[in-house]
Amino acid sequence: MTGWLLRRIAQAALVVVLMTVIVFAGLHAIGNPVDILIGDDMNQQERLEAIARLGLDQPLWRQYLAFVDGALHGNLGKSFVYQEDAIRLILQRLPATLELAVGALLLAIVIGVPLGLYAGMKPDHPVSKGLMAASIVGFSLPAFWVALMFIMVFSVQLGWLPASGRGETRELLGIQWSWLTLDGLQHLILPAFNLALFKISLVLRLTRAGVREVLPQDHVKFARAKGLSPARVVIMHVLRNTLIPLVTVLGLELGATIAYAVVTETIFAWPGAGKLILDSINSLDRPVVVAYLMVVVVIFVTLNLMVDLLYKLLDPRVRLEGAR
Amino acid sequence: MSGKKKTFDEHSIWWRVAADFLQSRVAVGGLIVLGLVVLAALVAPWITPQNPYDLMQLDVLDARLHPGTPSSAGGYTYWLGTDGQGRDLYSAIIYGLRISLLVGVGSALFAAVIGTLVGLLAAYAGGKVDAALMRLVDLLLSFPTILMALMILAYVGKGVGNVVLTLVLLEWAYYARTARGQALVETRREYVEAARGQGIPRWRILTGHILPNCLPPLLVIGALQIARAITLEATLSFLGLGVPITEPSLGLLISNGYQYLLSNEYWISFFPGVALLATIIAINLVGDQLRDVLNPRLQK
Repeated sequence: MTGWLLRRIAQAALVVVLMTVIVFAGLHAIGNPVDILIGDDMNQQERLEAIARLGLDQPLWRQYLAFVDGALHGNLGKSFVYQEDAIRLILQRLPATLELAVGALLLAIVIGVPLGLYAGMKPDHPVSKGLMAASIVGFSLPAFWVALMFIMVFSVQLGWLPASGRGETRELLGIQWSWLTLDGLQHLILPAFNLALFKISLVLRLTRAGVREVLPQDHVKFARAKGLSPARVVIMHVLRNTLIPLVTVLGLELGATIAYAVVTETIFAWPGAGKLILDSINSLDRPVVVAYLMVVVVIFVTLNLMVDLLYKLLDPRVRLEGAR
Repeated sequence: MSGKKKTFDEHSIWWRVAADFLQSRVAVGGLIVLGLVVLAALVAPWITPQNPYDLMQLDVLDARLHPGTPSSAGGYTYWLGTDGQGRDLYSAIIYGLRISLLVGVGSALFAAVIGTLVGLLAAYAGGKVDAALMRLVDLLLSFPTILMALMILAYVGKGVGNVVLTLVLLEWAYYARTARGQALVETRREYVEAARGQGIPRWRILTGHILPNCLPPLLVIGALQIARAITLEATLSFLGLGVPITEPSLGLLISNGYQYLLSNEYWISFFPGVALLATIIAINLVGDQLRDVLNPRLQK
């Protein structure tokens, strides 16, 4: 197990290093930020000074080493636009994105698991068939369009929910959160639900498939024969055994959700990291783009690692295989 | 080689697949919708009153008209309304479908060819080459598509060609993984052993015997990837990173309508979205049914 863990960590580290090279080399190719940042009214002297100040006069490999050195010290350069530490900018915005992503995942579990259980227990019921058809639509719906329709129906026409921003926030552990205030929660509903749509379909289908697989097994029959209440059989014996694939997929989905939040945040003007990165791509704000990609890559690789570990701990078959 | 008998056998297989496919009414419905969409995109200039890309034909005074308003120049009615530039939305949607389908099908085709070749190469070479290629595939597939797409488009910039390039870079890995897996399964089959026993060179076995048997799963992946590609293109265009504003795809049309949504001018975003959704659902339904029909495990 320890050997496996060490190998797995080394692998994760390699992925991160590889991504730094790709991100850095790629971003260098997109164009010279000097042309955008330096006004036409600057003379040659001022121009050269600005280039030197941004470190753009160094050879590429030097810039890369400086970049890695900085990254190890938590310093990925200053944003060209905001004149602020890029990684700080990202980390400031990240809680809003995490709030949105976690909210979406929770919604997916709270809605998807019961529906999936139902569809799995009664596969031939018309409601179950309707749910399965709805889940195909859920997979197909382009999230950005649904977001617009949400705004149109719930904000513009019905006027029930706000369409943009985070609303009132409250501080907890030094970070501002929306879910702690009623106004903030109201602002959270539409974007979180929008981000959750795809995941609800996914959870529904996974739960259904898991239930269908577990239901005919002997231990379930035995639990029934023992005279356990149907609710207990479902929760303790069926649901528990469908959790393993669910945890694995949802763990990986959290990373994807953070990335997909770019779209949702842009539409609902949610001031998270996703909106920041889109603005930064458009203004060629290289340090911010790099910082965002690095932060997301690290989050993603860490999540993958944790999911792998959790998977081993949850499934005794995998666990024992590793111990042998 | 008894060429005639072979074609007969192939026919009977495809006939059976077609017959199985028609079993599902939903899938047939999807196929019909898809057929109509493709047809409309192909004959777009003949079924639309206006060329939405020709600025001469646009009248700014006709901007943001309600669905059903007659055009000021006369002659036709804006059945689905007009957008902020005075484009007839119906024409814009049909033309937008062209771009969406072109990008979706084009990228899927390129990615399929590249991915299949890489997958077969990995299966053929084995050893370190196989391991290295599959690590690369794992790495690509482990990151969220939208993140990679943002990254690549940040490098290469906007444009139809660049969107296709991005999609190909992201999608080939799916085909590579499937082709490799299937090729490894097929390699252990008896007919491959028989071919080997006849002294047929390995690469001939790979292209002539193994490749054709890898096609069914690749076809299914292809269908579903086209839907994914169309969605992704629309999303990227919506974010302003996709196709140029002069030739709007469905995603960009929706994006253009975004600013008018708050003043309750819903149709500019609504109708292109419906067209997009119908196309994607139709492709997914067809793809799902293809998977069921072509999956040997589900056959009785």
